Amino acid sequence: MSNEVDVIRSALPQARRPDRSRRVDVGGIEVSVVEWGDEMSQPILLAHGGFDFAGTWDLFAPLLAEQGFRVVAWDQRGHGDSDMAALYTWEADMRDAAHVIESLGTSKPIPVLGHSKGGGMMNQLAEVLPHRVGAVINLDGIPNERGFTNQVDRSDVKALATELNSWLDHRRKAGQLSRRADTIEGLAERRKLMNPRLSIEWLQYLVTVGARRDDDGWRWKIDPTLRFGPSGAWRPEWAIPRLRGLHVPYLGVIGTEKEEMGWGTTPDEAFPILPEGAEFHALANTGHFVHIERPDHVAAITVDFLERVL
Amino acid sequence: MTTTFLEHVRSRLALHELRDGHGHPLLILHGLGERSPSAIPEAVQGWKGPIFALDFTGHGASTVPVGGGYTCEALMSDADAVLAKLGRVTLLGYGLGGYVGLLLFGSRPTEINGLIIMDGPGLDGGGGRPTSPSLLHVSASDLDGSAPDPWALAELASDIRPPSYAFDHVRQIEMLSNMELAVTVVSLGRPEWLTAILESPVVVESDVATALSRFALL
Repeated sequence: MSNEVDVIRSALPQARRPDRSRRVDVGGIEVSVVEWGDEMSQPILLAHGGFDFAGTWDLFAPLLAEQGFRVVAWDQRGHGDSDMAALYTWEADMRDAAHVIESLGTSKPIPVLGHSKGGGMMNQLAEVLPHRVGAVINLDGIPNERGFTNQVDRSDVKALATELNSWLDHRRKAGQLSRRADTIEGLAERRKLMNPRLSIEWLQYLVTVGARRDDDGWRWKIDPTLRFGPSGAWRPEWAIPRLRGLHVPYLGVIGTEKEEMGWGTTPDEAFPILPEGAEFHALANTGHFVHIERPDHVAAITVDFLERVL
Repeated sequence: MTTTFLEHVRSRLALHELRDGHGHPLLILHGLGERSPSAIPEAVQGWKGPIFALDFTGHGASTVPVGGGYTCEALMSDADAVLAKLGRVTLLGYGLGGYVGLLLFGSRPTEINGLIIMDGPGLDGGGGRPTSPSLLHVSASDLDGSAPDPWALAELASDIRPPSYAFDHVRQIEMLSNMELAVTVVSLGRPEWLTAILESPVVVESDVATALSRFALL
């Protein structure tokens, strides 16, 4: 490990790289699976958000591991250290999640925790594999009727034309694209535009995990063909009524500060649609990345919940 | 028939020129699980311009990727790669190809000279609204790299096609294409998305010959 990386990581001594890593074949491509904690402990599966990677759990996962959990996370296809795919869909990500659970070698239901997109995925996983999911913890991935914060208004002809055209233009050149090379500081500054509430020390740490060092500088590992949009056929109202149908202990945590990458769901919108008996926390002065802004608090809520429901 | 290959994202797409001609090209988009026709379909014999047909990703002579992940939007971008090569075309799509053609027309409304929607496999997809979600499964022994990709068959027969989504695209055509009659529906099949777009004044029910003669003038 280079001195530069050591110095950056030493600024965040509470962050900890995983104890183990392995690769899981998800049907011709491999995803990277990482774990913190004793292999014999109670497993819990962590699903990261869109454009993130398993290393974004480096602050939060060790706290669960210290409390006696085997914390398992994976890089979604095209993200982090997982293989890039030719094609990407939500449904394929769901299948990959099921493969990761399968790789744990237990048929007992396990608790699952997801942030943002990962939270939405875990909601659905509890519906499609109810016999494998013992509890759901959703971190700022609870849908609302307006959709995502940055979703285009499809009734706006000009805005929709721009979105569709720019996505197709991106695809025309995507095969030749590579992520822009920069310094660690430069990549961290750029990420701050999308993660404005996170500290520069943390964002620099993330670069040392989620980017690789090439001859001309550091570049994010995420597949350069991936990008936002088009917003597609999916509608949030498809997911909302399904939440009430989950018959599994459920913990919802949201940040109340609206952010670019967030879903913007308010407490008033979130609580009524959660499964019956759900526990719900709306964290004041906290943005979309609740587990990064307040790792100790969110870990304490999570462990307390799991101790009661498992 | 001559075949050229287009490098597009991570696919190598087979574009077949079925016949040369004068005027702008007709691009044929096949249905789900199909491949491009090797001869000119009877219905389009009257077209005077060049006639091309594209094999979508996972179909015909195009790349069969691993791991699935098919969407109609990805196939739309396959067809858009042909626009990048050929310029303005008239589209004729069978089944799935008709729906993909609509998405592309709505996304590139000034670059397409009309769309004809024919019956064919994959016209309905997974219907207009979601049913109970499930994890799709394809047997590993079926994944031998040959076309059509079993993942394409599974995923594109179950993707949800809300009428409002199709209508969003036809509205883009209405507002931006400068065509009075832009889409001709020939199919007998009437999935929800197709019924929805028939509400638009730029969509008409007619026959192939009438549509081709209209679009040839553009």
